[in-house]
Amino acid sequence: MSHPATAAPAAPHAHGPPQSFLRKYVFSLDHKVIGKQYLGLALVAVCTGMALSWLMRLHLANPDLAIPGLGKLWPNGAPGGVMTPEFYLSLMTMHGTIMVFFVLTTAPFAGFGNFVLPIQIGAEDMAFPRFNMMSFWVTFLAFLVLVSAFFVPAGPPISGWTAYAPLSAVGKDAGPGQGTGQLLWAISIGIFCVGQLLGSLNFIATTLDLRTKGMTLARLPYSTWAWFITSVIGLIAFSVLLPACILLILDHVAGTSFFIPAGLVISDTLQPHAGGSPLLWQHLFWFFGHPEVYIAILPGFGIVSQILPVFARKPLLGPRVLIACMIAIGFLSYAVWGHHMFLSGMNPFSATLFSVPTLIITIPATIITLLWIGSLYGGKLHFTTAMLFCIGFVSVFVSGGISGFFLAQPSIDVYLHGTYFVVGHFHFVMGVAAMFGIFAGTYYWFPKMFGRMMNETLGKVHFALTFIGVYAIFMPMHYLGLHGDVRRYSAFTDEYMKGSIPLHRFITVAALFTGVVQLLFLYNLVRSRFRGAPASDNPWRATTLEWTTSSPPPHDNFGGHHPVVTQGPNEYGATGQAEDYVMQTAPERRPGA
Amino acid sequence: MGKLFAVLLTIITIVSATIFIRHTWWMPPDYSLHGIRIDHQLAETMTASGILFVLAQLVLAGFVWRYGDRKDAPAVKRFPGGATPMVILASILVGVEILTLTLVGSKVWAGIYQAPPDPRSLHIDVQAEQFAFYFRYAGADGAFGGTHPDMIDDANGNFFGLDPANDTTARDDIVSGSLVIPVNQPILLSMHAKDVGHAFYVPELRIQQDFVPGLVIPLHFTATRTGKFELVCTQLCGLGHYNMKAYVEVMATDQFAQWLKDQAAQQ
Amino acid sequence: MSAQVERHSVTTPARTGVWVGIAAIVLMVAAFTGALVVRRTQSDWIHFRLPPIIYVNTLVLLVSSATLERARGGGAVTPQRRWLSITLGLGLLFVVGQVLAWSNLVNQGLFLATSPSSAFFYVLTALHGLHLLGGVAALAYVLGRTRQAADRGAAGALDAATLYWHFLAVLWLYLLLLLTLQL
Repeated sequence: MSHPATAAPAAPHAHGPPQSFLRKYVFSLDHKVIGKQYLGLALVAVCTGMALSWLMRLHLANPDLAIPGLGKLWPNGAPGGVMTPEFYLSLMTMHGTIMVFFVLTTAPFAGFGNFVLPIQIGAEDMAFPRFNMMSFWVTFLAFLVLVSAFFVPAGPPISGWTAYAPLSAVGKDAGPGQGTGQLLWAISIGIFCVGQLLGSLNFIATTLDLRTKGMTLARLPYSTWAWFITSVIGLIAFSVLLPACILLILDHVAGTSFFIPAGLVISDTLQPHAGGSPLLWQHLFWFFGHPEVYIAILPGFGIVSQILPVFARKPLLGPRVLIACMIAIGFLSYAVWGHHMFLSGMNPFSATLFSVPTLIITIPATIITLLWIGSLYGGKLHFTTAMLFCIGFVSVFVSGGISGFFLAQPSIDVYLHGTYFVVGHFHFVMGVAAMFGIFAGTYYWFPKMFGRMMNETLGKVHFALTFIGVYAIFMPMHYLGLHGDVRRYSAFTDEYMKGSIPLHRFITVAALFTGVVQLLFLYNLVRSRFRGAPASDNPWRATTLEWTTSSPPPHDNFGGHHPVVTQGPNEYGATGQAEDYVMQTAPERRPGA
Repeated sequence: MGKLFAVLLTIITIVSATIFIRHTWWMPPDYSLHGIRIDHQLAETMTASGILFVLAQLVLAGFVWRYGDRKDAPAVKRFPGGATPMVILASILVGVEILTLTLVGSKVWAGIYQAPPDPRSLHIDVQAEQFAFYFRYAGADGAFGGTHPDMIDDANGNFFGLDPANDTTARDDIVSGSLVIPVNQPILLSMHAKDVGHAFYVPELRIQQDFVPGLVIPLHFTATRTGKFELVCTQLCGLGHYNMKAYVEVMATDQFAQWLKDQAAQQ
Repeated sequence: MSAQVERHSVTTPARTGVWVGIAAIVLMVAAFTGALVVRRTQSDWIHFRLPPIIYVNTLVLLVSSATLERARGGGAVTPQRRWLSITLGLGLLFVVGQVLAWSNLVNQGLFLATSPSSAFFYVLTALHGLHLLGGVAALAYVLGRTRQAADRGAAGALDAATLYWHFLAVLWLYLLLLLTLQL
């Protein structure tokens, strides 16, 4: 059915090309600009987050190392440039928070989703461009609030990205950073939730209502499917995290006791709180927190599923199965949060209950992986950088996913919980895999975004060194975990776990190396933006709608014309014609052809 | 490029797997009664998932090698049978593995965390606080004194908030900074936190448990060999978290009795 | 602007947007309800009587839903601005009434941090009040747009705003039930 889309001035296509600089590049309503803004924010955030991880790794390898200049930046945290162990904990807190929220949520979902999704469905813009603009600027504000925690006198919080209560709720008695720093954290995440809720709302309404003629759900590209499912997950997850943050803020500033039980003595002071439940925070947090993993990784699934067939020059294997599995993962992601809490003191019986859906979720994940691997069979693989990152994604997703088998079992979690095994697991499956998705997306859509090609040689070197680097960093963390090395410890120089110091040093070297390699990527981005070879409309010979328009696309995406879709997105490997693929807008073929 | 990548992936897979197989870094020896079941479950999982890991990576590398850079190759081939048989086969294989792991694993878990403690257990009260553990033994009367948060006074060594003036059971309570236990005797810990969340992790004893403020959480185990290990906090608890450690000492029964006697005399 | 565009859409974006927003609010309230139910089992829960004025407020809100329907009624192409204004006024009256309910509690010595039950009362009513103010803003927007008689888009906007407004009434009935039974 169709509707006249002449509704409000807020209707997607009703805004003309903006003229002023402010309207064009800053407070833009154009989804393409907003997508780039999100990606820019993620780039700043990922550089910050990685710099923090460098400091952490340096401290782990040599706790007495004096870093020139660091003492000037943080006189309390690093007197004379030597980081204190407390400072290590605050670096860790900020690293986790920045990476999870401002990189892994913004780039693959809000960034690429904003730029690509409306074009892929043949729309002129998102359903609510003003909400879309607000979504970005609210997220940006959240980032500023979080980073400001670094510069308040008492320093940033030290409670990790999970901010477990009551440590996060009782204020500065629990440590200097737990006062203002922790409050800023809670406010920042609350604001972030609002931004992502606005974004999710936009994605859902856009996908449901602004598809162009012929773009049935069955013809929806896989990346759009993934963003759509992610936005539904995000809507649920952030709707729960927001109230949790509000309650945490009230515990902080209004003296309420939602998460603080009676009778706590902190810094020799009996706390004036009564009856709150620390486990309530954990439940609310992980009800958001586990789906958050899928918010980070599902867009990667979509990007890989979209790009693999393009460079294998054959259709993706089992596209319907893929979508069914992604939906199943979305549902199951809400039934497994308790696996973060096996040892939290909740009823041991519920550990078994949570373990089962956690293990069941491996079935759709395994099937998706096999679909990707099977899609390579018998293809004509073109190893562009985007393709290499997709295959790399499959490899690290397998590595990270398989270690989940251990952690999903409460009986093994007794030993591995709180060790580096967990760190290795989630960095592979959520951090590295999602980053590989982001890299693949960047190399693939850069020509569409900026009208120029990225340098492929540099890209391939970047991929190869990064691939070696991430395995050198995160695989040894599994060995550390088996060895019993606990996470969130700043230094292992005393008796405990002395044997693992060489491995820690190795990881530090690998992390520094991998970080330096990313400079290649940055250089490639900047250089290609200005000096790259001009890109044609469809440099990869792909089928989806974004490749039917110019690179970069005009303000209304299709230059006043409305594409009509006749094909699915999976028409590769055709024989007996000039091209081996069929665009989604290709004229209808004869039945049976 | 494709062949190079395939080789790289194969090397990474083999090196990663070899280090696991050779136990280059592995768990410390087990000192507990229940640990062998955990170790067994872990070894089983390691075998099953190790095979999956190597298989998946090598097939991926194989396809990359075989189907890469084919300039003027024949038309693409579809995966034999399409997606359906593969999906069914994968679901069955993974399903069976999950079922086995769950059935066996939940028994191991239930044996540790759901089984009632042995009635002859030695009962020890454990308090975690920023940034230390304290262990309390009931003393000669076999009863613990009541605790009063408002009476906690670390400066005078009243870590638990005992009230010996009015509470006779509290007078002979023994408080220690390290966990000293007799070998081969079931131990029952009552774990509570004074301020924020903490955790209790002894890799050699294969036990780990969170402390949650406001809750008293039981944990029981039996050490089977004498030795001295470190106990660390694995729940981020604030500034000094990295320094929150204590010793666990497993002693022969008579040695333990002597230790208890010495402690009682000191307090 | 452009001619009619043929789309594969389920409904209008505004309507979808409101439904999605409703879903988010329901989940948020569900999270608060869960927290309340968990928190209620603790011993320090104080039971108190709700300020009687909130029943008057409830009536005001229900009447406002009816006046909104009246504004849309009669098959007129443009909504009746008078009834729309009355609805808007009733919405503001409800918010004023809620503030009076708060001052009633304050006079009883029940502050935000006094007890978890009073904390939940303040948090939930504030949450609902904020969303209601959002609804008032939406109605004001529609009212502004209906000034030009030929604005066809106003109908769609009113449609979406009405859906949201009725939802807020239903949400309030739920909250009232929850607070009556649990506090």
